[in-house]
Amino acid sequence: MAFVKEQRDFYQNQLKEIEETGTFKKERFIHSPQDADIEVEFPAGSSLKKVINMCANNYLGLSSHPEVVKAAHEGLDSRGYGMSSVRFICGTQDIHDELEKRVTEFLGTEDTILFPSCMDANAGVFEAILSKGDVMISDRLVHASIIDGIRLCSADHDTFKHSNMKHLEKKLQLHSDKKNKMVITDGVFSMDGDTAKLDEMVELCKKYNAMLFVDDSHATGFIGKTGRGTHEKYGVVGDIDVFTTTFGKALGGASGGCVSGRKELVEMCRQKARPYLFSNTISPVVVAGVLKVMDILSKTTERRDKLEENTKYWRQGLTDAGFILKEGDTPIVPIMLFNAKLAQDISNDLYKEGIYAIGFFFPVVAKGQARIRTQISAAHDKHHLDRALEAFTKVGKKYDILGKSKKEVIEMYGL
Amino acid sequence: MDDMQKVVLDYVIEEYLEDEDEEIDVDTPLISGGIVDSFSMVSLKRFLENKYDISIPDDKATPEAFDTVNRICDLVKEYVK
Repeated sequence: MAFVKEQRDFYQNQLKEIEETGTFKKERFIHSPQDADIEVEFPAGSSLKKVINMCANNYLGLSSHPEVVKAAHEGLDSRGYGMSSVRFICGTQDIHDELEKRVTEFLGTEDTILFPSCMDANAGVFEAILSKGDVMISDRLVHASIIDGIRLCSADHDTFKHSNMKHLEKKLQLHSDKKNKMVITDGVFSMDGDTAKLDEMVELCKKYNAMLFVDDSHATGFIGKTGRGTHEKYGVVGDIDVFTTTFGKALGGASGGCVSGRKELVEMCRQKARPYLFSNTISPVVVAGVLKVMDILSKTTERRDKLEENTKYWRQGLTDAGFILKEGDTPIVPIMLFNAKLAQDISNDLYKEGIYAIGFFFPVVAKGQARIRTQISAAHDKHHLDRALEAFTKVGKKYDILGKSKKEVIEMYGL
Repeated sequence: MDDMQKVVLDYVIEEYLEDEDEEIDVDTPLISGGIVDSFSMVSLKRFLENKYDISIPDDKATPEAFDTVNRICDLVKEYVK
């Protein structure tokens, strides 16, 4: 249909409304590989600026690691650029199978199936495993991709208050008549940086005969003593029925994801999950890169150890400066600002100070919960963190939010 | 406040509120105010159907119809025998 003037005007007005609220998102163009120091063109057309990146999912600093890049080159040379196929037709190479086995071993599960992304894994897993007469009970702060996947599944759905085990137990009792029950959670919550109480959830699931699903995208590679994930942190390796996780964050940052867990559930995905059946396979270059990442992680924990130290230093520095943080110990560190425009303005001012950190506001987070979400990396050295703390403190003073309570910040800037 | 308003308000407070200092009344916007997301509306609909022994058609269980306690009560009264 022709995009007539009335339609163009309608959408232009919608976009204008977003601009007027001060929440219009503009991309920034990065002219360098992903790392702690990057070169950025922002606004478009301006000269390049060197800034410290405080908002990448590059937790282990492997996104531009020379060994990973070298392995990707070798993958291109030995296995080509693209497969031009979905997995089950002619899109599976030996290296896909090898990566599935490596991930299974790393996570301590029974089997793994790759997907083009974890977004795709989450879109496909529930409808492949559950159906009418079953129930999905999800934490209210699960990732958007899980919400989308739940919507695609015909099983009943209910939610429980974030990380509230009493409320979860009530819901498990309420739905005790359902054929299959699945409790659904993030391992590390992407906006708040807290962790799911997996030990308690495993116990509840055993008590009420429910399966447990964990999206560990913000945990695989660095949470837990050897970086296996949230289940390692809580001592429940082997008790999670289904994981999804991504290769697009700590594990190299390119793309790709997977479902990993009980072998029957993984096989159901292989037979029925729509993104697996209808979307292109992960390219050989990415698989080769992730295999090298798995090699690196299996040899040493030095990167996740450095990340842990950096995280403690960063959290302490921000707390000492007087910022309001969400409680937690993960490298996701949200600085709470509550007002969307305030978050946007502080982000822009930080950029002028040479710090790249983005404001998050509705609909990415709930209304009145705007924040700047910082993410720490093993690629950060102390001088990066000190420079960033200096910049945050300077900007925080400008907006007079240091040492203020939530109530005081909201009184100054509204919600 | 009548009995139905109290029952529905008590349920919403128990089921959805996290902060102790968050106060709501029968006209507080629940869904447009971000207290109840449309995803969590399902449990509210189920509660109403079980409590009042009614069946609310899916096309009537809209975010607008569920946006305040008063609107919810109006909807329920349409179906209560």
